[in-house]
Amino acid sequence: MRKAKRKLQIIAGQCIVCGLCEGECPFDAIHMEGDVAVIDYELCTGCGKCIKVCPTDCLYFEGEEEAEEAAEPEVAEEVAPELEAGLAEYQGVWIYIEQSGGQVHPVSWELLGKGRELADALGCELAAMVLGEDVDDVAVATGYYGADKAYVIDDPLLAHYRTHPFAEGCLKLVREYRPEIVLIGATTLGRDLAGAIATDLHTGLTADCTGLVIDEQARLLRQTRPAFGGNIMATILCKEHRPQMSTVRPRVMEALAPDETRQVAIVRETLEVSEEDIGVAVEEFRPDADLDKPNLQYAEIICAGGRGLGSPRGFELMKELADALGGVMGASRATVDAGWISHDYQVGQTGLTVRPRLYIAAGISGAIQHRVGMQTADTIVAINSDPEANIFQIADFGIVGDLYEVVPELIKQAKAGNLKEKLLGDGGT
Amino acid sequence: MLKIVICVKQVPDTTEVRIDPETNTLIREGVPAIVNPFDAHATQAAQHLKAKYGAHLTVLSMGPPQAVEAIKKCVSMGADRGILLSDRAFAGADTWATSYALTAGLRRIADEQGMDLVLCGKQAIDGDTAQVGPGIARRLGWPQITYAIGIPDVDVEAGTITVERRLEDGVEVVKARLPAVVTVVEEINELEYASLPEMIRAARYEPEVWTSDDLDVEEQFLGLNGSPTTVSEIFPPPQPEAGEIIAGGRDDSAAAVQELVDKLIQRVEAGTAEK
Repeated sequence: MRKAKRKLQIIAGQCIVCGLCEGECPFDAIHMEGDVAVIDYELCTGCGKCIKVCPTDCLYFEGEEEAEEAAEPEVAEEVAPELEAGLAEYQGVWIYIEQSGGQVHPVSWELLGKGRELADALGCELAAMVLGEDVDDVAVATGYYGADKAYVIDDPLLAHYRTHPFAEGCLKLVREYRPEIVLIGATTLGRDLAGAIATDLHTGLTADCTGLVIDEQARLLRQTRPAFGGNIMATILCKEHRPQMSTVRPRVMEALAPDETRQVAIVRETLEVSEEDIGVAVEEFRPDADLDKPNLQYAEIICAGGRGLGSPRGFELMKELADALGGVMGASRATVDAGWISHDYQVGQTGLTVRPRLYIAAGISGAIQHRVGMQTADTIVAINSDPEANIFQIADFGIVGDLYEVVPELIKQAKAGNLKEKLLGDGGT
Repeated sequence: MLKIVICVKQVPDTTEVRIDPETNTLIREGVPAIVNPFDAHATQAAQHLKAKYGAHLTVLSMGPPQAVEAIKKCVSMGADRGILLSDRAFAGADTWATSYALTAGLRRIADEQGMDLVLCGKQAIDGDTAQVGPGIARRLGWPQITYAIGIPDVDVEAGTITVERRLEDGVEVVKARLPAVVTVVEEINELEYASLPEMIRAARYEPEVWTSDDLDVEEQFLGLNGSPTTVSEIFPPPQPEAGEIIAGGRDDSAAAVQELVDKLIQRVEAGTAEK
């Protein structure tokens, strides 16, 4: 039996079975078994490599103070890693501008707002990446929302989004001008594009970030995102590859108020793709026929119902409340899974992220998966018969009671007092 | 015959994952491991193509040895062959290193038996990144078609596939050249129960296990070492401040609602004044 200099221990409840220690161990002495990492003391030499990579600090040496062990990786991290010569050449923060027929997705303006903050922290330029056909107006508008420069590729092949030509265009720009950060909206289009670009660039891509902060000492982007269905938050770094790439959901960041006097420098490049290279043709587009389809993501007032409604008919009441307040309906996952309402209305981790001025949650317990989709609302009102419901922990105002009494009363008073006007009328920005 | 490979991942059922309020850590004990739901829909979609056109289905996964269970589940759903990439060298892979290893597996499958179509789920429920499908498509240099809700036509002779894609404001129909990579969303089908004979076949089936030695890969691009991203910190979600409970919801809802309405109006007025 090999004699280890120190005996490795594990705090079982803290292990998330990520497998990092297993990959790191040079002696094949740790394996993932069920919900915990298991140490093979026959093979462990006590080298401590696993302790350094453990993200939850659940490994330590017996007899050595846990606190000391936990402090060790932090100290290591404070030493700013020297950016390799090649990496330092990458400068500037870039935002991909998602547009269709000249209509820009609001998430792009939101990201320019965030990008401005990051660029100022780094002391570098904020640039927009604009790809499409006839997009000059879009390029000019990026200046209003904070961009210093717009890199533009205008080509008939970019009239409709297809992965290949858009990815090739972005790759050409990034390879030539070398930004250190690229942010893309986590929309269906943005996610399709970001994954393709990051693969070719051999760089890190962090999806659905909710927090982006510059570590000025190390000149690194700290990217925070929910993981495991919103149950934990993880901060991700991309230390040795550039650009650092993130996608961000709509309504997570805030756009700057547009300033039409701001000018943007425009840099034009050409696309080197031919139709034969693409291999995909858009045959048809069927816009959603349902004109009532909710625009939840950008709604000012949302009246959401949960399992506590008791039946699909409960949504008739929620609709009435939404109409009385000039808002739209929302729903929890439980009601969508039960088939009470369409997925279009679902708020949360597997649905939409919303940021209304007012979010009314009726009969919603407030599981973390729901909360991550709505907790940035300006004002949250919870109505629930269970005083212990989690939703009350994040609500600004809560009413404990039967929603079938409270909601009709709210509808009545909203109508009588013209609440809709008062909430939305003059408070607009 | 159409040769389809489905890429699947075994994941913890995140709807069952809970936080221990005392220690603020994940409770994974008793959390069942399942086939990522989007990948189950991809497998079902492949099975439907098999029933319609005739096809050979191979399931490919990467993970620890126990992930063979996920492959067996897919075999019960109609897959003919199952391969697990399992090696310590793959551990700790982010999406870049995952698509690298899976693509190496796909290339070997293509060499052995041919490959016309790769199906993946849109994303995995434990990571929610939706990056591995596009990563595979780029590496293979094949058309990438994400968010599929229907595959109305596959024309092997013409070498084309028609796919309906769910976009935010409608459905886009695209026709792509084969071979191609398609990622699917739940809407594409309803999961069906496996028949008894299929379940028996799956129970007896032994998936093949390939290590990094079985693949044409460079060690430096595998697992943790090959991953551009690193996890620097994991912490529980911030606990927001609890708000105010307005009394009387049970006994006098009219008064409680009146108080709520007053407070909402006060907030709007305070907000307007600030601006």
